[in-house]
Amino acid sequence: MSIAPSTPTPVQSLVARPWLQLAVIWALLLTVPLWLPLLGGYTAIAARVVVFALAAMSLNLLLGFTGVLSFGHGAYFGLGAYGAGLFLKYVTASTPLAIVAGTLLAGVSGTLFGRLLVRRRGVYFAMVTIAFGQVCYYIAYKWDDFTGGYDGLRGFIRAPLDFGLFKIDIAASGVVFYFFVLFVFGLAVGLQALILRSPFGRTMLAIRENERRARFLGLPVERHIWLAFSISCFFTGLAGSLYALLNNFADPSALNYVMSGNIIMITVMGGMRTFWGPLLGAVLFVMLQDYVSSMTTNWMFFVGVTFVLVVLLFPRGLMGVLQKRLGA
Amino acid sequence: MLELVMFNLTNGLIVGAFYVLMALGLSLIINLSNVVNFAHGNFLAIGGYFAFTLTPYIGFWGALLVSPFLTAIFGYAIEKLLIRHVYARNHIYSLLLTFGLGFILQDACRYLWGPSPLPLGIPDALSQAVTPELFFVTWYRVFMVVVVIVAVGGLFAFLRYTRVGMRIRAGTLDLDTVSALGVNVAALRSYNFAVGSFLAGLAGVLAAGQIGLNPNMGDDLIMPSFIAIIVGGVGSLTGTLLGGLLIGIAAALTTVVYPAGAEAVIYVIMAIVLLIRPRGLLGEEGMLT
Amino acid sequence: MTDKFKLTTRRRTFLTATAAIGGLQFTGPFIIKARGETPVKIGFIDPITGSLSALAVSEVEGAKWTVDQINKKGGILGRQVQLLVEDSANDTGTGVQKAHKLIERDKVDVIMGDVNSGIAYAIMGVTSAAKVLHIVPGGHTDPITGKDCKWNTFRTCNTTAMDAAAVTGELVKRFGKKWFFITPDYAYGQTLQANFVKNLEKLGGTWQGDMLPISNSDFSATLIKAKAYKPNVLLNNMGGAAQINCMKQFVQFGMSKQMALGGSLFEVESVRSVPKEAQAGWWVMEWYWDQPNVPEVKKFVDAISPAIGNKKPTARHWMSWVSINAIRLAAEKAKTLDAVKMANALEDLELPPEVSLSPNKIRYRKGDHQLMSDLFVGEMHPPGAGGGDDVFKTAEVVTGEKAAGSAEDTGCKMTYPS
Repeated sequence: MSIAPSTPTPVQSLVARPWLQLAVIWALLLTVPLWLPLLGGYTAIAARVVVFALAAMSLNLLLGFTGVLSFGHGAYFGLGAYGAGLFLKYVTASTPLAIVAGTLLAGVSGTLFGRLLVRRRGVYFAMVTIAFGQVCYYIAYKWDDFTGGYDGLRGFIRAPLDFGLFKIDIAASGVVFYFFVLFVFGLAVGLQALILRSPFGRTMLAIRENERRARFLGLPVERHIWLAFSISCFFTGLAGSLYALLNNFADPSALNYVMSGNIIMITVMGGMRTFWGPLLGAVLFVMLQDYVSSMTTNWMFFVGVTFVLVVLLFPRGLMGVLQKRLGA
Repeated sequence: MLELVMFNLTNGLIVGAFYVLMALGLSLIINLSNVVNFAHGNFLAIGGYFAFTLTPYIGFWGALLVSPFLTAIFGYAIEKLLIRHVYARNHIYSLLLTFGLGFILQDACRYLWGPSPLPLGIPDALSQAVTPELFFVTWYRVFMVVVVIVAVGGLFAFLRYTRVGMRIRAGTLDLDTVSALGVNVAALRSYNFAVGSFLAGLAGVLAAGQIGLNPNMGDDLIMPSFIAIIVGGVGSLTGTLLGGLLIGIAAALTTVVYPAGAEAVIYVIMAIVLLIRPRGLLGEEGMLT
Repeated sequence: MTDKFKLTTRRRTFLTATAAIGGLQFTGPFIIKARGETPVKIGFIDPITGSLSALAVSEVEGAKWTVDQINKKGGILGRQVQLLVEDSANDTGTGVQKAHKLIERDKVDVIMGDVNSGIAYAIMGVTSAAKVLHIVPGGHTDPITGKDCKWNTFRTCNTTAMDAAAVTGELVKRFGKKWFFITPDYAYGQTLQANFVKNLEKLGGTWQGDMLPISNSDFSATLIKAKAYKPNVLLNNMGGAAQINCMKQFVQFGMSKQMALGGSLFEVESVRSVPKEAQAGWWVMEWYWDQPNVPEVKKFVDAISPAIGNKKPTARHWMSWVSINAIRLAAEKAKTLDAVKMANALEDLELPPEVSLSPNKIRYRKGDHQLMSDLFVGEMHPPGAGGGDDVFKTAEVVTGEKAAGSAEDTGCKMTYPS
């Protein structure tokens, strides 16, 4: 370790200064329709990346920042999707309200369910969250008059946004829809950042680092965990409603434990203790899956191997690699 | 009506016995190592597929005997190569590891044996019904229950009377003390995982004889196993035993009145247990926090 | 708390390899553009992994062989055909994503898929918005050419209405009118049973039934009920592995002595993995390889067999064959690959015998874009002289028109873009 300070490389400065990080990330995100097709991508996949990034970042509030192991977050993702879809289909064709409906459905369910759970930890907590997810999956699958059952909820499409003076047609144009998703993502992520910076956010970190000490300090740990769980479920539901709008479809597979596992993997792959890590993870995961499944029918094998390798070799995810490597 | 109930009750016991076999293996692994083995269903499938490959050479009975041991060896190898690395870390990593492992194993089965369903031949003698009245009780199903009873009995005897078994039981309660007493904890975990895999492989052979083989056969069975463990109580094998039987019988009895709800009822039971007695029927407070 | 992260050689190699693979992803389109003449691109989305994979694999096999044959004869409109296959993995989100990929990035001219009717349906949403021609070779749910029909979507395989109508008469004639249904509880199963019931009740029949989970594996409870009801025929409407298990248990419980067994589809891919005793019952085949009265069929079977492992082609291979040839014929008639013009050309276009491979004339009906194919009603039996795939004996051929009813009855109201 040299003592004399060396001039930082540009990339090191990048990683060191969060404002610069933020600027670069947003510059890239905003210009996606320009550079992605040149590289052989397509806008629909970009929207998918952003949706999953939001889901993963929402999970990260719980997993990375509070240290709580929920393995059933697919349930809230799916509930968000169904909430939005059911609203568009049966109530009215209004996109903003549908998103609110989806978010509420997921958030309220999560809040109620979280109440039951807060005393449990570790593996048991994980198992129970999985089981809850499967219950939701089962209900969606069985109640087919209402939810469309196994075939999924269909017959709704995302409605154009009508602001009276002007219309934003997110239904017709993939690019416009992408920017809409990005806009919602931006709001959500901004809100998450505010929460993390607040005293409550600090408490979450405290609980993650040492739960017992936090308790000794007089912090109502259970209540905080419940609150963090609840917040996380609301945001995940938001991601879910966007997913329904992306596909014009909601189906039970969004609810089951495989989806949960994928979201967790995205979070871990990107770096679960960092704020932007899950976004990187989403980029990696969605691109990997898209690419490999076109190349070979054994894509499941490769995805599984990636999971195993990440867990064994890169537990801090991609952000972890970048941070350690560049000494930030 | 009573006849229908009796029929379904018997059926429920048979199905429950099968759930018990699956869930016990999973429970063993969770109890000692705190690892939720998402790939457990795939171990079951592998046990079945091993049997499929072996049957032409050593017959059904031979395959039944050998396949679980092969699965146990396979499980032992996986534990030593992969799972061992994540014990010391946050639980999430072991979950993700087994989750990814499940993908790998499923695809391996598809690659090695093909995506189409495959039959596992069972001896003709077992395909007959026991009596004409109990026409749905074939000798094979009776055989399955017998095997489960022997296996469960063997497991409990193993845990009670052998040294390794005692250590596993002790390790479930307090692994640190067991380690301090000089027991090789790493080896213990490996043996435990192997035993769990043995049970999965055995369940796989039995399942294959009944429903045939396909690469995703484990997926449908893993959820009832989880629920059996949650209902019975995490940390208690007897609890898992009870849990498995309970949900098997409940599902069967529900079929009498409302067949479409048979799947739902096991989730309802789980929900009730979680609300009223969160640690499960026989679980202990403070297990696995 | 601190993790030591060493960028060991292993990890470095892994990272580099990943980056390289990631980079490869982006070079794809450039390579294609460099070739000069753009081929006609058909995008095929099917669940190659997942529980429906056996059927999807047959469809893809058939599609690849068909494209080869077409290319040997000069392709479509003088251009070579390129088949791009994508795996929907039996997941709707993935299917929709692949549809976007094929349309936006790969700029395909036609989309085909999916075996999973729910996914087919979701993809229809994408293709109709993008105004791309969409052929569904093997997704059975009725609304695709019924109340949710679209101008750009054509379907090759039968509707449940057709299947039910074709086989009901035969079953009632041979065995009787008292039936018991075992049906999977989702849209396909429900519409199938409803259609059976409609046809059965028209003939004065009575019935009972159970709706079961799609991947149900233990049928004892239902079979107990069925035995008590003493029907003439047991209808096994389950699919895939569930259908096979139901058959096995039916035979194991000795019920084949007390009642006949029947149903709509029992596909050869499933029949191959059933033990001999369970290769029985009366079913509908959407196409079968053994048609002694149609000479083109034998030519087709002999030509394709070596390419598919010396097995006989199944209905799924045929579905791909018909669909892709239909695309070719429509393009040739319309003299363009424009979707609207091709759709107009394909409606009511009579398919020649070497394409239809059936005794009667078949076409995609104008009113609902449903292929009026022949349905083969007959009996399943253990393999005969013709080998492992000689498992079906056709008793009656029902024309699609007769089985389907009118286009208005399906509830389809087609609107064309202006």
